[in-house]
Amino acid sequence: MQLSLAQQSKQTAEEAAQETSPLAIRGLTVSYGEKPAVFSVDMTVVPGQMTAIIGPNGAGKSTMLKAALGIVTPVSGRVQVFGRPLDHQRGRVAYVPQRASVDWDFPTRVIDVVLMGLYRDLGLLGRIRASHRRIAHDCLDRVGMGEFAGRQIGQLSGGQQQRVFLARALAQGADLYLLDEPFAGVDAATEKAIIGVLKTLRAEGKTVVVVHHDLATVRDYFDNVFLINTRKVAEGPVATAFTAETLQAAYGGRLATAQIDQIASSA
Amino acid sequence: MGSEFVTLSLTPLLIGIFAAVACALPGNFLLLRKQALIGDAISHVALPGIVVAFLVTGAISTWPMMLGAAGAACVAVVMIEGIRRLGRIEPGAAMGVVFTTLFAAGVLLLEQSDTSSVHLDVEHALYGNLESLIWLDGTGWGSLVDPQALAYLPVELPRMAATLVVVAGFIALFWRPLTIATFDEGFARTLGMRTELLGLALVLMAAIAAVAAFDAVGSIIVIAMFICPPAAARMMTNRLDVQVGWSVVFATLAAVVGYVLAGYAPLWLGMADAVSAAGMIATISGVILAIASVFGPCRSRAGAPSGV
Repeated sequence: MQLSLAQQSKQTAEEAAQETSPLAIRGLTVSYGEKPAVFSVDMTVVPGQMTAIIGPNGAGKSTMLKAALGIVTPVSGRVQVFGRPLDHQRGRVAYVPQRASVDWDFPTRVIDVVLMGLYRDLGLLGRIRASHRRIAHDCLDRVGMGEFAGRQIGQLSGGQQQRVFLARALAQGADLYLLDEPFAGVDAATEKAIIGVLKTLRAEGKTVVVVHHDLATVRDYFDNVFLINTRKVAEGPVATAFTAETLQAAYGGRLATAQIDQIASSA
Repeated sequence: MGSEFVTLSLTPLLIGIFAAVACALPGNFLLLRKQALIGDAISHVALPGIVVAFLVTGAISTWPMMLGAAGAACVAVVMIEGIRRLGRIEPGAAMGVVFTTLFAAGVLLLEQSDTSSVHLDVEHALYGNLESLIWLDGTGWGSLVDPQALAYLPVELPRMAATLVVVAGFIALFWRPLTIATFDEGFARTLGMRTELLGLALVLMAAIAAVAAFDAVGSIIVIAMFICPPAAARMMTNRLDVQVGWSVVFATLAAVVGYVLAGYAPLWLGMADAVSAAGMIATISGVILAIASVFGPCRSRAGAPSGV
């Protein structure tokens, strides 16, 4: 069977995009039990832009991110980071987990959490030097948490904890930032601080991917969307992929048609 | 206080301290990982392992017993994981089921086998026999530099010291990954850490400490030391390194005070006999925990600095 020229050139363009993409996922399937949480998903993240992963609760948004990072083991699929397997590129990826995924009573201070972001520099037994502390303090300043460096992390508000997590990711000095629900349950000041930091990262040429739940802010915050409901529903620039049709397809009956129309037309 | 102390009390005291600290060190991380019961589980399942080792070899000798206990610990870890995954229940419940069942099986096995000729019974498994680990050749402080006397040190002392060195060395070497993986396992994995191997290594260290200590001092001390000193230390500070330091202090304190009180408190109270040192050490560790829970500066969780 012969491929037409047009098909061939389209295919090579796609391959080229995969080669350079900060995060290219092919055929990713993840299952916790019998039912897959993520089924045969492809994703090609656009470099230097901000992408939101959107979908209803239980649609596999976080799972997809965790599988891409090797936190959970997928049933099948291939993940490439800047054109190479993740294991060769760990130093270029920073991750912000969901705030609720850790125990904030853990006996540690804010500055120690940020220093965890420097683990790849420090190694097993490397001494923490003044230069490392300076980096950690700078990262805390960037998220507006400079004065809290000596606090025990359990004494912070939810929004402050989220900003500490972001500071830790900044300390990793990565090229690709993956954030899992960073705006969930945070105050307005924190949301503003976080989105400011993410936009600065984008201005520096970094790539940002965010699992996001607030449909109302998608247009303001992001360049691209990736809609998922176990399977991929849509992927692309907000203008073309974030529409009444794609939202209807992703959310099904879970959002009223009026809501969808309102969100989709609020451009 | 001289020659008699060296002969009768020095070695049990040191063995008690080493055992307490060797269990308390990994206990800090197990507690933060909500796996503190694993020490409990391991020390209980050591009994059937030791009985099986005795039945196989027909003698009470150290290495088969240690291997039997270690083998039983491995079986228990696999059973706990299996039950947790297949039954989809929380780890604490899985551990509770496994270690009580295996311990009970060990008791039955012990009853059915002819162990009358040797020193192997349930009391020994529970309390150990700390008071009997005396150093007959240690006739005074001078014996500490006498090679001939040192050759007759109770074998438990160098063994427990070596165990402590191994456990402390592991925690010192892997301090940073252990801390990160305990606080935030997902993040640790994105750094490329093999967190499941690290968790297994930690449990293995706990098993080594538990089995070595079980042989020397019995399971009561093991169970108490995995939990009480770290839990009390957590109330003293909000920093992990400081917490581990406090846990060593509390474990040592419990061993020393417990040993001394077991020997002398009954006499002060007018009773004729001393009480079990293991029981007293474990009790003291509980008392320390109670005091720390009432007066410790960092006992309020999730929030308010003290006084608010």
